[in-house]
Amino acid sequence: MELTAIARLAAARTQARQRYSQTQAADLFITIGMGTCGAAAGAAESLEAIERELAKRRLAATIKQVGCVGMCSFEPMIEIQAAGRPRVNYGAVTSRNVAEVFGHYFDGGKLRRAVVVGEAIPTITTAHEHELHSLSFVAPETQERIPFQAKQLRVVLSNCGLIDPESIEEYLAVDGYAALERVLTTMTPEQVIAEMKESGLRGRGGGGFLTGLKWELARKTQHWPKYVICNADEGDPGAFMDRSVLEGDPHSVIEGMIIAAYAIGAEYGYIYCRAEYPLAIRHLHMALAQARALGLLGQNILGTDFSFDLVVKEGAGAFVCGEETALMASIQGERGQPWPRPPYPAVAGVWGQPSNVNNVKSYAYTPRILRLGAAWFRGLGTLGSPGTAVFALTGQVQNTGLIEVPMGVTLREIIYDVGGGIPFGKQFKAVQTGGPLGGCLPAAYLDTPVDFDSLRAAGAVMGSGGMIVADQDTCMVEFAKYFMQFVVDESCGKCPPCRIGSLRMLEVLERITAGEGTLEDLDELNRLAGGMEAGSLCGLGQLAPSPVRSVLRHFQEEFRTHILDRACPARKCKALISFVVIPELCTGCMVCARNCASNAITGEKLQVHHIDPDLCERCGLCAEVCKFNAIEIVSPR
Amino acid sequence: MDMQSHAGVDLDLLEDVLAQYQGQRGALIPILQKAQDVYGYLPPQVLQRIARSTGVAVSKVYGVATFYAQFYLQKRGRHILKLCDGTACHVKGTPVLATALEDHFGVQPGQTTEDGALTVEVVYCLGSCALAPVAVLDGQVMGRMRQEMLVRTVQKQVGAAGGEEV
Repeated sequence: MELTAIARLAAARTQARQRYSQTQAADLFITIGMGTCGAAAGAAESLEAIERELAKRRLAATIKQVGCVGMCSFEPMIEIQAAGRPRVNYGAVTSRNVAEVFGHYFDGGKLRRAVVVGEAIPTITTAHEHELHSLSFVAPETQERIPFQAKQLRVVLSNCGLIDPESIEEYLAVDGYAALERVLTTMTPEQVIAEMKESGLRGRGGGGFLTGLKWELARKTQHWPKYVICNADEGDPGAFMDRSVLEGDPHSVIEGMIIAAYAIGAEYGYIYCRAEYPLAIRHLHMALAQARALGLLGQNILGTDFSFDLVVKEGAGAFVCGEETALMASIQGERGQPWPRPPYPAVAGVWGQPSNVNNVKSYAYTPRILRLGAAWFRGLGTLGSPGTAVFALTGQVQNTGLIEVPMGVTLREIIYDVGGGIPFGKQFKAVQTGGPLGGCLPAAYLDTPVDFDSLRAAGAVMGSGGMIVADQDTCMVEFAKYFMQFVVDESCGKCPPCRIGSLRMLEVLERITAGEGTLEDLDELNRLAGGMEAGSLCGLGQLAPSPVRSVLRHFQEEFRTHILDRACPARKCKALISFVVIPELCTGCMVCARNCASNAITGEKLQVHHIDPDLCERCGLCAEVCKFNAIEIVSPR
Repeated sequence: MDMQSHAGVDLDLLEDVLAQYQGQRGALIPILQKAQDVYGYLPPQVLQRIARSTGVAVSKVYGVATFYAQFYLQKRGRHILKLCDGTACHVKGTPVLATALEDHFGVQPGQTTEDGALTVEVVYCLGSCALAPVAVLDGQVMGRMRQEMLVRTVQKQVGAAGGEEV
C-alpha cells in the first residue's frame, strides 16, 4: 500500500530526528562554518587541515558543514565535541591553526593564534508544545552567555550555524515543514492570514508594512494566476542578513513562501536573488529539488488539492531591482525600471497578475510564527514592532557580524554590549542604518530604541538590516558623498528628479569635499533633496537624499568646517589634507620612499625625509608602512 | 556596432543556450548571463543572434544588456580584480586601495591595463562586510586587505600568468 504524503513526511521526520541526534552524539562531532564569510576567511583550507589532523591522530569524526553563526570577526570557526565532553567553539581556525586547536581540545595545550569563542549549547525554546532549536554560546568559566550573545535572541537566525543547510533532513529534524503541515491540514487560508495579522509581523524589507495585511490584499484580488515573490535582491552596501539566511537556512524561506502561496491562492513563485550571492543560489537550488522530491512543492502538496512551485531568478547587478516593481520588471526580462504605483503588486504585479512580494526574512519568520503561534511572536519585541530585528553589524566595531535582538533594544546596547564597542580606543562618531536610503545618528541618539517607529522619528530608518558604525576617523561629508555617488551609479534613469537630482547633489558634495564649497551650498542641498523626495517615481529616488539630510541635521558643523576652514576634521578629504614627516620620529629608514609610487618622498639614509606636497597623491601608503608613526596627516593643508 | 574588434566569435557555441530557453517568456536575462559565460562578454553578433532567436528587438536586447552592471560589451582583462566599495569596505579603506592600484598598475576602477592583463572593477557590497575591506582576484575572495598586500598579491598573480607588470 502506498503511504500518504503526510505519512511519508512523518516517516522522513522520524528518521531525520534519529539521525540528527545520532550525529550530535557521535564519538567525535565537528562542525565548521562554511558560509561566504567563513569561505572568504579560508574555511575550505581549514577543513582540509582538519581531515589531515584527524588522520594524523587516527581519529574518526562526523563533520557537519553549517551556515554562519553570525560571529564573522571570528571566522573561520569550528566546533569540536568528543563524547561526554563540552562542545567548544573555536575562532580564527585557519588551516595553520588547526593543529593547535586540536592540541588545546584533546591535550590541554596552549592556544597561540586561535581563540575559544565559548561552549556551544544546543538550546530549545518552547511555546505551545512546539520547539525552536538554536545554539547558545557560554563562557567556559562562568557558564554565562558570552557578551556578544547575551542580549541576542535568535528566531529567524535560529538554524543558521546549527543545521547543515544542504540537507532537508536536518531541517526536518528541527521541526522544519511542521508549520506547512499544520497549515495545509488544519487551517483555511483566511485563518493563516488572520494568524499572521495577529502576530503583528511587519515587512522586514524595511517598509514595515503588516505582512498579514499584504497577504489579505492579494487574497482578495479575484484574478488568477497569482504569484508569490521573494525579494532576495539584498543590494544595500553593508547588509548581508538575507544572504546568511539563504545560505544557512534556505528551507525556512521556501516553507514561508509555500505558506504565503496557500494563503493568497498562488500557484507560482519566484525567488529573485542577486547574482553576487552564488552560494545562496546554489543552496536554494538544492533545497528546491529536495522539497520537490518530498512532495512539498509541485502538484497536490502533501496530498491536498493545493499545488505550488517556484523558481530562482538571478539578478544581474542593479540596486534598483530591490524595489518591488523594478524587481518584477526584471523577472519579466526587462530593464529593471520601476513602474508607478498604484496599482500595487497585490492587484497587478508580475505579468500584470496579482503578486505578493516579501523580503527573505519575512518569509523565514512565517513558519516559526505559525508553529509557535502569533501570541508567542507578539510577546517578543515592542508593541508597535513585535518580534526581533536582524542586523549586519559592521564598520568600526569590535565584534562585526550578524546579530538578532528583540525589537526595542537600544543602539547603545547593540554597539557596545553586542558589538563590544569601538576598536583601538577610538571614539564613536555615528551609526548608519538603512544604507543609501537610510540615515545616520550621532552619539546623542545612542539610547534610541531600535524599532520601526523610533528610528524613523530620530531621522534614521530600520531599513533592511545594515548597521554600520563609524568612528572618529570617518568624515561625515565624505560619507554622505559616498552614498550619493552610489545613488548616481544605481539610479535607473527613468525619472528626472532622481537621475538629475542625485547628480546635482553629488556635484555640490564634491565641491565641498574639494574645499570649494560655500554656505549657500547647504541650502542648495536641501532644495535638491526636497525635489527628489517629492518628485521621484520610486523609493530609491524618494529616499536617496536621506543620508545627506541626516548628516546635514546631525553633523552640520562638519560641513561648515569643510566650507569655512577648508579643513577636514577626520583628515579624509584628499583635497584638504597633506602628509607631513615628523622630523623627531623619522629615522631615515627609507621604507616610505621606496614604497611611494609617485616618487614624492626624498631623503638620504638615516636623514629625515621630506614629502613633496605637489607630487604626493595622498594614497597613504607611506603612513601605513612607516614603523615609527613618523608621518602625520594635517588639515587644512 | 563595431564588428571589427569582435571578429572570430563562434556563434555556434550559442545554440545550446538558445535551445535551453526556447519559448520561455522573460528568459532574456538568463540567456544573456549564459551567453556571457560562454564568451566572457557580449559581442554585438551575439546580441543580434539572441534578438533573432527570442523575437525581442535588438534595441531592447541592447537596452537590457547595458542596464545591468553584470553585462560587459567589451573584452575584459585576463585577470579580474573586484574591489568592494560597500559601506563597510568604504569606511575601512577601499578608496586608498583604489589609489594604490592606480599608482602601481595605472588603471582606475572600470579600466583594463593596456596589455590586457588586468581589469579593475569596483562593486557594491559582496556581503562579506565583516572582513572589510574585501577584494576578489580571479574569483578568490580576500578579506581584510591592506594596500601593500593587495599590490603584492596582484603583482604576483598577474606576473605569474604571463602579464608584464612592474
